[in-house]
Amino acid sequence: MNKYIERIYNGIIKENPTFVIMLGMCPTLATTTSAINGFGMGVATTAVLIFSNMLIAALRNIIPEKVRIPAYVVVIASLVTIVDLLMQAFAPRDLYNALGIYIPLIVVNCIIMGRAEAYAAKHAPLLSAFDGIGMGIGFTCALTIIGFCRELIGAGSVFGYTIIPDDFHVGIFVMAPGAFLVLACLTALQNKLKAPSATNLTKEERAKKKLAGEPEGCTGNCQSCMLHAEEIVEKKIELKKADCPKTDAVSDREGGNR
Amino acid sequence: MQELLLIAVGAALVNNVTLSQFLGICPFLGVSKKVETATGMGVAVLFVISLASLICSLIYDHILVPMDLAYLQTIVFILVIAGLVQFVEMFLKKSIPSLYTALGVYLPLITTNCAVLGAALTNVQEGYGLVESVVNGVGISAGFLLAITLMAGVREKIAENEGIPKSFQGSPIVLVTAGLMAIAFCGFSGLI
Repeated sequence: MNKYIERIYNGIIKENPTFVIMLGMCPTLATTTSAINGFGMGVATTAVLIFSNMLIAALRNIIPEKVRIPAYVVVIASLVTIVDLLMQAFAPRDLYNALGIYIPLIVVNCIIMGRAEAYAAKHAPLLSAFDGIGMGIGFTCALTIIGFCRELIGAGSVFGYTIIPDDFHVGIFVMAPGAFLVLACLTALQNKLKAPSATNLTKEERAKKKLAGEPEGCTGNCQSCMLHAEEIVEKKIELKKADCPKTDAVSDREGGNR
Repeated sequence: MQELLLIAVGAALVNNVTLSQFLGICPFLGVSKKVETATGMGVAVLFVISLASLICSLIYDHILVPMDLAYLQTIVFILVIAGLVQFVEMFLKKSIPSLYTALGVYLPLITTNCAVLGAALTNVQEGYGLVESVVNGVGISAGFLLAITLMAGVREKIAENEGIPKSFQGSPIVLVTAGLMAIAFCGFSGLI
Protein backbone atom coordinates (compact mmCIF):
# COMPACT_ATOMS: atom_id res chain seq x y z
CA MET A 1 0.00 0.00 0.00
CA ASN A 2 1.13 3.53 -0.74
CA LYS A 3 2.78 4.85 2.42
CA TYR A 4 0.73 8.06 2.38
CA ILE A 5 -2.56 6.19 2.11
CA GLU A 6 -1.27 3.87 4.82
CA ARG A 7 -0.85 6.82 7.26
CA ILE A 8 -4.47 7.83 6.69
CA TYR A 9 -5.73 4.27 7.15
CA ASN A 10 -3.58 4.01 10.27
CA GLY A 11 -5.09 7.19 11.76
CA ILE A 12 -8.70 6.31 11.04
CA ILE A 13 -8.77 2.58 11.84
CA LYS A 14 -5.62 1.02 13.22
CA GLU A 15 -4.57 3.67 15.71
CA ASN A 16 -7.74 5.72 15.99
CA PRO A 17 -6.84 8.38 18.59
CA THR A 18 -10.14 8.16 20.47
CA PHE A 19 -11.30 4.58 20.13
CA VAL A 20 -7.93 2.82 20.16
CA ILE A 21 -5.26 5.00 21.73
CA MET A 22 -7.69 6.95 23.96
CA LEU A 23 -5.97 10.31 23.81
CA GLY A 24 -7.53 13.73 24.20
CA MET A 25 -10.33 12.72 26.52
CA CYS A 26 -11.18 16.24 27.70
CA PRO A 27 -12.52 17.50 24.34
CA THR A 28 -14.03 14.08 23.63
CA LEU A 29 -16.14 14.31 26.77
CA ALA A 30 -16.86 18.01 26.69
CA THR A 31 -17.75 18.82 23.10
CA THR A 32 -19.81 15.80 22.05
CA THR A 33 -23.14 17.11 23.28
CA SER A 34 -24.33 17.01 19.67
CA ALA A 35 -23.00 15.57 16.42
CA ILE A 36 -22.35 18.99 14.92
CA ASN A 37 -20.38 20.20 17.98
CA GLY A 38 -18.25 17.06 17.87
CA PHE A 39 -17.68 17.56 14.16
CA GLY A 40 -16.68 21.21 14.67
CA MET A 41 -14.19 20.32 17.39
CA GLY A 42 -12.80 17.51 15.23
CA VAL A 43 -12.24 19.81 12.26
CA ALA A 44 -10.55 22.47 14.42
CA THR A 45 -8.24 19.86 15.95
CA THR A 46 -7.50 18.35 12.52
CA ALA A 47 -6.43 21.72 11.16
CA VAL A 48 -4.04 22.25 14.05
CA LEU A 49 -2.77 18.67 13.87
CA ILE A 50 -1.91 18.74 10.15
CA PHE A 51 0.02 21.99 10.33
CA SER A 52 1.71 21.26 13.67
CA ASN A 53 2.89 17.88 12.37
CA MET A 54 4.15 19.47 9.18
CA LEU A 55 5.96 22.36 10.92
CA ILE A 56 7.48 20.23 13.64
CA ALA A 57 8.67 17.67 11.08
CA ALA A 58 10.20 20.47 9.01
CA LEU A 59 11.94 21.91 12.09
CA ARG A 60 12.96 18.56 13.57
CA ASN A 61 16.64 18.97 12.72
CA ILE A 62 16.79 22.56 13.94
CA ILE A 63 15.08 22.24 17.33
CA PRO A 64 17.60 21.15 19.99
CA GLU A 65 16.66 17.95 21.79
CA LYS A 66 16.52 19.54 25.25
CA VAL A 67 14.09 22.36 24.50
CA ARG A 68 11.89 20.45 22.08
CA ILE A 69 8.79 20.36 24.31
CA PRO A 70 8.64 24.18 24.82
CA ALA A 71 9.35 24.62 21.11
CA TYR A 72 6.48 22.30 20.19
CA VAL A 73 4.20 24.13 22.61
CA VAL A 74 4.97 27.47 20.94
CA VAL A 75 4.30 26.06 17.46
CA ILE A 76 1.05 24.42 18.58
CA ALA A 77 -0.15 27.47 20.54
CA SER A 78 0.44 29.76 17.54
CA LEU A 79 -1.55 27.44 15.28
CA VAL A 80 -4.36 27.20 17.83
CA THR A 81 -4.54 31.00 18.01
CA ILE A 82 -4.83 31.15 14.21
CA VAL A 83 -7.59 28.53 14.19
CA ASP A 84 -9.38 30.31 17.03
CA LEU A 85 -9.36 33.62 15.15
CA LEU A 86 -10.48 31.96 11.91
CA MET A 87 -13.36 30.23 13.67
CA GLN A 88 -14.36 33.46 15.36
CA ALA A 89 -14.58 35.06 11.92
CA PHE A 90 -16.07 32.31 9.76
CA ALA A 91 -17.63 29.52 11.85
CA PRO A 92 -21.35 29.67 12.71
CA ARG A 93 -21.88 31.71 15.87
CA ASP A 94 -23.74 28.93 17.70
CA LEU A 95 -20.94 26.46 17.08
CA TYR A 96 -18.23 28.89 18.18
CA ASN A 97 -20.13 29.70 21.37
CA ALA A 98 -20.82 26.02 22.10
CA LEU A 99 -17.15 25.09 21.76
CA GLY A 100 -16.12 28.19 23.72
CA ILE A 101 -13.09 27.63 25.93
CA TYR A 102 -12.33 24.24 24.41
CA ILE A 103 -10.89 25.78 21.24
CA PRO A 104 -7.94 27.48 22.99
CA LEU A 105 -7.60 24.31 25.06
CA ILE A 106 -6.61 22.39 21.92
CA VAL A 107 -3.10 23.51 22.95
CA VAL A 108 -3.05 20.98 25.77
CA ASN A 109 -4.73 18.20 23.78
CA CYS A 110 -2.53 15.13 24.18
CA ILE A 111 -3.15 13.97 20.61
CA ILE A 112 -1.27 16.89 19.13
CA MET A 113 1.70 16.71 21.48
CA GLY A 114 1.62 12.92 21.26
CA ARG A 115 1.80 12.86 17.46
CA ALA A 116 4.54 15.50 17.50
CA GLU A 117 6.61 13.39 19.86
CA ALA A 118 5.82 9.97 18.44
CA TYR A 119 5.73 10.67 14.73
CA ALA A 120 6.52 14.17 13.44
CA ALA A 121 9.83 14.39 15.29
CA LYS A 122 11.15 11.38 13.37
CA HIS A 123 9.63 11.62 9.88
CA ALA A 124 9.59 13.85 6.80
CA PRO A 125 7.16 16.81 6.64
CA LEU A 126 4.86 15.46 3.90
CA LEU A 127 4.50 12.05 5.56
CA SER A 128 3.87 13.76 8.92
CA ALA A 129 1.22 15.95 7.34
CA PHE A 130 -0.54 12.83 6.05
CA ASP A 131 -0.24 11.33 9.53
CA GLY A 132 -1.95 14.48 10.81
CA ILE A 133 -4.71 14.14 8.21
CA GLY A 134 -5.30 10.50 9.14
CA MET A 135 -5.30 11.13 12.90
CA GLY A 136 -7.47 14.22 12.43
CA ILE A 137 -10.06 12.39 10.36
CA GLY A 138 -10.02 9.52 12.88
CA PHE A 139 -10.60 11.99 15.72
CA THR A 140 -13.33 13.86 13.82
CA CYS A 141 -15.16 10.61 12.98
CA ALA A 142 -14.95 9.43 16.58
CA LEU A 143 -16.24 12.72 17.98
CA THR A 144 -19.05 12.88 15.43
CA ILE A 145 -20.11 9.29 16.19
CA ILE A 146 -20.10 9.85 19.97
CA GLY A 147 -21.90 13.17 19.50
CA PHE A 148 -24.45 11.50 17.22
CA CYS A 149 -25.23 8.81 19.83
CA ARG A 150 -25.48 11.31 22.69
CA GLU A 151 -27.67 13.67 20.66
CA LEU A 152 -29.94 10.85 19.51
CA ILE A 153 -30.49 9.39 22.98
CA GLY A 154 -30.40 12.65 24.91
CA ALA A 155 -32.22 15.12 22.68
CA GLY A 156 -33.88 12.75 20.20
CA SER A 157 -32.46 14.57 17.22
CA VAL A 158 -30.00 13.99 14.38
CA PHE A 159 -27.86 16.98 13.38
CA GLY A 160 -30.45 19.26 14.99
CA TYR A 161 -33.58 17.70 13.42
CA THR A 162 -35.81 16.20 16.10
CA ILE A 163 -36.98 12.70 15.21
CA ILE A 164 -37.92 11.27 18.62
CA PRO A 165 -40.78 12.96 20.51
CA ASP A 166 -40.04 14.79 23.75
CA ASP A 167 -41.42 12.10 26.04
CA PHE A 168 -38.76 9.59 25.04
CA HIS A 169 -35.64 11.72 25.59
CA VAL A 170 -33.10 10.62 28.17
CA GLY A 171 -31.93 14.12 28.96
CA ILE A 172 -29.00 13.02 31.11
CA PHE A 173 -27.06 11.95 28.02
CA VAL A 174 -26.57 15.48 26.73
CA MET A 175 -25.53 16.63 30.19
CA ALA A 176 -22.16 16.06 31.87
CA PRO A 177 -22.89 12.64 33.47
CA GLY A 178 -23.92 11.20 30.09
CA ALA A 179 -20.44 11.83 28.72
CA PHE A 180 -18.86 9.74 31.45
CA LEU A 181 -21.38 6.94 31.01
CA VAL A 182 -20.90 6.82 27.22
CA LEU A 183 -17.13 6.73 27.62
CA ALA A 184 -17.46 4.00 30.28
CA CYS A 185 -19.41 1.83 27.83
CA LEU A 186 -16.85 2.53 25.15
CA THR A 187 -13.89 1.48 27.29
CA ALA A 188 -15.79 -1.58 28.54
CA LEU A 189 -16.41 -2.57 24.92
CA GLN A 190 -12.73 -2.12 24.26
CA ASN A 191 -11.79 -4.34 27.17
CA LYS A 192 -14.25 -6.94 25.92
CA LEU A 193 -12.81 -6.90 22.41
CA LYS A 194 -9.26 -6.72 23.77
CA ALA A 195 -8.48 -3.82 21.47
CA PRO A 196 -5.08 -2.27 22.04
CA SER A 197 -5.46 0.90 24.06
CA ALA A 198 -3.76 2.93 26.70
CA THR A 199 -6.28 1.80 29.26
CA ASN A 200 -6.19 -1.97 29.08
CA LEU A 201 -2.53 -2.82 28.57
CA THR A 202 0.07 -3.28 31.26
CA LYS A 203 3.60 -2.05 30.85
CA GLU A 204 4.90 -5.52 29.93
CA GLU A 205 2.17 -6.06 27.35
CA ARG A 206 2.99 -2.75 25.75
CA ALA A 207 6.67 -3.66 25.53
CA LYS A 208 5.79 -7.04 24.01
CA LYS A 209 3.54 -5.44 21.40
CA LYS A 210 6.24 -2.97 20.56
CA LEU A 211 8.72 -5.78 19.95
CA ALA A 212 6.24 -7.55 17.72
CA GLY A 213 5.75 -4.34 15.75
CA GLU A 214 2.01 -4.19 16.45
CA PRO A 215 0.21 -0.96 17.37
CA GLU A 216 0.93 -0.72 21.06
CA GLY A 217 -1.63 1.92 21.89
CA CYS A 218 -0.35 4.94 23.75
CA THR A 219 3.16 4.46 25.02
CA GLY A 220 2.51 6.91 27.82
CA ASN A 221 5.71 8.85 27.33
CA CYS A 222 4.30 12.33 26.87
CA GLN A 223 5.25 14.69 29.63
CA SER A 224 1.74 15.88 30.23
CA CYS A 225 0.03 12.51 30.00
CA MET A 226 -1.65 11.35 33.17
CA LEU A 227 -2.58 7.84 32.16
CA HIS A 228 0.57 6.53 33.75
CA ALA A 229 0.95 9.26 36.32
CA GLU A 230 0.33 6.89 39.21
CA GLU A 231 3.32 4.77 38.17
CA ILE A 232 5.50 7.86 37.85
CA VAL A 233 4.44 9.26 41.21
CA GLU A 234 4.97 5.97 43.04
CA LYS A 235 8.35 5.47 41.45
CA LYS A 236 9.42 8.97 42.45
CA ILE A 237 8.22 8.52 46.02
CA GLU A 238 10.14 5.25 46.21
CA LEU A 239 13.24 6.91 44.85
CA LYS A 240 12.93 9.72 47.34
CA LYS A 241 12.57 7.32 50.27
CA ALA A 242 15.58 5.36 49.09
CA ASP A 243 17.55 8.51 48.45
CA CYS A 244 18.40 9.20 52.08
CA PRO A 245 20.53 6.11 52.86
CA LYS A 246 21.89 6.28 49.28
CA THR A 247 21.60 2.68 48.26
CA ASP A 248 23.78 2.00 45.25
CA ALA A 249 21.22 0.16 43.15
CA VAL A 250 18.62 2.89 43.49
CA SER A 251 20.89 5.83 42.85
CA ASP A 252 22.19 4.00 39.79
CA ARG A 253 18.65 3.67 38.52
CA GLU A 254 17.99 7.33 39.18
CA GLY A 255 21.15 8.30 37.34
CA GLY A 256 20.01 6.21 34.40
CA ASN A 257 16.70 8.02 34.27
CA ARG A 258 18.36 11.37 33.97
CA MET B 1 -18.06 40.21 49.29
CA GLN B 2 -21.24 38.37 48.40
CA GLU B 3 -20.23 38.38 44.75
CA LEU B 4 -16.87 36.81 45.57
CA LEU B 5 -18.58 34.10 47.59
CA LEU B 6 -20.90 33.40 44.67
CA ILE B 7 -17.93 33.09 42.31
CA ALA B 8 -16.12 30.70 44.65
CA VAL B 9 -19.15 28.47 45.30
CA GLY B 10 -20.08 28.53 41.63
CA ALA B 11 -16.60 27.47 40.57
CA ALA B 12 -16.18 24.80 43.24
CA LEU B 13 -19.58 23.12 43.27
CA VAL B 14 -22.00 24.26 40.57
CA ASN B 15 -19.59 24.26 37.63
CA ASN B 16 -17.18 21.73 39.08
CA VAL B 17 -14.07 21.77 36.94
CA THR B 18 -13.79 18.02 36.38
CA LEU B 19 -17.31 16.75 36.77
CA SER B 20 -19.12 19.32 34.67
CA GLN B 21 -16.40 21.13 32.68
CA PHE B 22 -14.27 18.04 31.94
CA LEU B 23 -11.01 19.82 32.60
CA GLY B 24 -8.23 17.93 34.34
CA ILE B 25 -9.79 14.57 33.52
CA CYS B 26 -6.37 13.00 33.10
CA PRO B 27 -5.12 13.48 36.68
CA PHE B 28 -8.64 12.82 37.91
CA LEU B 29 -8.52 9.33 36.39
CA GLY B 30 -4.77 8.78 36.57
CA VAL B 31 -3.84 9.74 40.13
CA SER B 32 -6.93 8.71 42.08
CA LYS B 33 -6.11 5.18 43.20
CA LYS B 34 -5.17 6.17 46.74
CA VAL B 35 -6.57 8.97 48.88
CA GLU B 36 -3.09 10.01 49.95
CA THR B 37 -1.70 10.59 46.45
CA ALA B 38 -4.99 12.06 45.28
CA THR B 39 -4.94 14.65 48.05
CA GLY B 40 -1.33 15.47 47.26
CA MET B 41 -2.20 16.01 43.62
CA GLY B 42 -5.24 18.10 44.57
CA VAL B 43 -3.24 20.36 46.86
CA ALA B 44 -0.51 20.79 44.23
CA VAL B 45 -3.16 21.76 41.67
CA LEU B 46 -4.70 24.17 44.20
CA PHE B 47 -1.33 25.81 44.66
CA VAL B 48 -0.54 26.10 40.95
CA ILE B 49 -3.99 27.24 39.78
CA SER B 50 -4.23 29.94 42.44
CA LEU B 51 -0.79 31.26 41.54
CA ALA B 52 -1.39 30.95 37.78
CA SER B 53 -4.71 32.82 38.06
CA LEU B 54 -2.96 35.64 39.89
CA ILE B 55 -0.04 35.93 37.47
CA CYS B 56 -2.07 35.47 34.29
CA SER B 57 -4.61 38.05 35.43
CA LEU B 58 -1.82 40.55 36.14
CA ILE B 59 -0.16 39.89 32.78
CA TYR B 60 -3.44 40.16 30.88
CA ASP B 61 -4.56 43.39 32.54
CA HIS B 62 -1.23 45.18 32.64
CA ILE B 63 0.70 43.91 29.62
CA LEU B 64 -1.54 42.32 27.00
CA VAL B 65 -4.50 44.74 27.09
CA PRO B 66 -2.50 48.02 27.17
CA MET B 67 -0.34 46.78 24.29
CA ASP B 68 -3.36 45.57 22.33
CA LEU B 69 -2.08 42.00 22.26
CA ALA B 70 -5.08 40.27 23.83
CA TYR B 71 -5.24 37.80 20.95
CA LEU B 72 -1.91 36.33 22.09
CA GLN B 73 -3.44 35.17 25.38
CA THR B 74 -3.30 31.44 24.63
CA ILE B 75 0.42 31.43 23.76
CA VAL B 76 1.36 33.74 26.61
CA PHE B 77 -0.67 31.87 29.23
CA ILE B 78 0.65 28.42 28.34
CA LEU B 79 4.25 29.64 28.41
CA VAL B 80 3.72 31.55 31.65
CA ILE B 81 2.16 28.49 33.28
CA ALA B 82 4.94 26.17 32.12
CA GLY B 83 7.59 28.60 33.33
CA LEU B 84 5.74 29.21 36.57
CA VAL B 85 5.58 25.52 37.43
CA GLN B 86 9.31 25.12 36.82
CA PHE B 87 10.03 28.21 38.89
CA VAL B 88 7.78 27.12 41.77
CA GLU B 89 9.49 23.74 41.78
CA MET B 90 12.94 25.29 42.02
CA PHE B 91 11.81 27.83 44.62
CA LEU B 92 10.23 25.19 46.85
CA LYS B 93 13.25 22.92 46.56
CA LYS B 94 15.56 25.70 47.76
CA SER B 95 13.42 27.56 50.28
CA ILE B 96 10.67 25.35 51.68
CA PRO B 97 11.96 21.76 51.53
CA SER B 98 9.12 20.42 53.70
CA LEU B 99 6.50 21.64 51.22
CA TYR B 100 8.63 20.35 48.37
CA THR B 101 8.69 16.86 49.84
CA ALA B 102 4.91 16.90 49.97
CA LEU B 103 4.15 18.43 46.56
CA GLY B 104 7.34 18.20 44.51
CA VAL B 105 6.44 14.88 42.93
CA TYR B 106 3.23 16.24 41.47
CA LEU B 107 4.40 19.61 40.21
CA PRO B 108 6.01 18.52 36.90
CA LEU B 109 2.85 16.58 36.09
CA ILE B 110 0.74 19.73 36.24
CA THR B 111 2.70 21.76 33.67
CA THR B 112 0.29 21.24 30.83
CA ASN B 113 -2.77 20.29 32.84
CA CYS B 114 -5.76 21.70 30.99
CA ALA B 115 -7.45 22.80 34.23
CA VAL B 116 -4.71 25.39 34.82
CA LEU B 117 -4.97 26.92 31.36
CA GLY B 118 -8.75 26.55 31.56
CA ALA B 119 -8.87 28.57 34.79
CA ALA B 120 -6.72 31.36 33.32
CA LEU B 121 -8.85 31.53 30.17
CA THR B 122 -12.14 31.46 32.10
CA ASN B 123 -10.97 34.44 34.15
CA VAL B 124 -10.34 36.41 30.98
CA GLN B 125 -13.56 35.32 29.28
CA GLU B 126 -15.67 36.27 32.29
CA GLY B 127 -13.85 39.60 32.54
CA TYR B 128 -12.80 39.07 36.14
CA GLY B 129 -10.48 41.54 37.87
CA LEU B 130 -7.50 40.55 39.98
CA VAL B 131 -9.29 39.61 43.21
CA GLU B 132 -12.13 37.87 41.38
CA SER B 133 -9.62 35.90 39.30
CA VAL B 134 -7.80 34.61 42.35
CA VAL B 135 -11.07 33.73 44.10
CA ASN B 136 -12.26 31.95 40.96
CA GLY B 137 -8.92 30.09 40.72
CA VAL B 138 -9.11 28.99 44.35
CA GLY B 139 -12.73 27.93 43.84
CA ILE B 140 -11.93 25.91 40.73
CA SER B 141 -9.04 24.12 42.36
CA ALA B 142 -10.98 23.51 45.59
CA GLY B 143 -13.60 21.83 43.42
CA PHE B 144 -10.89 19.70 41.83
CA LEU B 145 -9.45 18.75 45.23
CA LEU B 146 -12.92 17.77 46.43
CA ALA B 147 -13.69 15.70 43.34
CA ILE B 148 -10.37 13.84 43.19
CA THR B 149 -10.36 13.07 46.93
CA LEU B 150 -13.94 11.76 46.82
CA MET B 151 -13.06 9.71 43.75
CA ALA B 152 -10.01 8.18 45.44
CA GLY B 153 -12.11 7.28 48.47
CA VAL B 154 -14.62 5.49 46.28
CA ARG B 155 -11.90 3.77 44.26
CA GLU B 156 -10.24 2.35 47.37
CA LYS B 157 -13.55 0.63 48.11
CA ILE B 158 -14.04 -0.46 44.49
CA ALA B 159 -10.65 -2.17 44.50
CA GLU B 160 -11.91 -4.55 47.21
CA ASN B 161 -15.09 -5.41 45.32
CA GLU B 162 -15.00 -8.61 43.31
CA GLY B 163 -18.50 -8.47 41.86
CA ILE B 164 -17.62 -6.19 38.95
CA PRO B 165 -18.05 -7.77 35.48
CA LYS B 166 -14.72 -8.51 33.86
CA SER B 167 -15.01 -6.08 30.98
CA PHE B 168 -15.96 -3.27 33.38
CA GLN B 169 -12.92 -3.72 35.63
CA GLY B 170 -10.33 -0.98 35.53
CA SER B 171 -11.17 2.33 33.89
CA PRO B 172 -14.79 1.63 32.80
CA ILE B 173 -16.01 1.26 36.38
CA VAL B 174 -14.08 4.40 37.32
CA LEU B 175 -15.86 6.28 34.54
CA VAL B 176 -19.24 4.96 35.70
CA THR B 177 -18.37 6.20 39.20
CA ALA B 178 -17.43 9.58 37.74
CA GLY B 179 -20.77 9.64 35.92
CA LEU B 180 -22.67 8.97 39.15
CA MET B 181 -20.64 11.64 40.95
CA ALA B 182 -21.45 14.05 38.12
CA ILE B 183 -25.16 13.31 38.60
CA ALA B 184 -24.76 14.08 42.30
CA PHE B 185 -22.98 17.36 41.47
CA CYS B 186 -25.87 18.28 39.14
CA GLY B 187 -27.84 18.64 42.38
CA PHE B 188 -25.80 21.74 43.21
CA SER B 189 -27.04 23.55 40.13
CA GLY B 190 -29.93 25.14 42.03
CA LEU B 191 -27.52 26.62 44.57
CA ILE B 192 -26.93 29.93 42.80
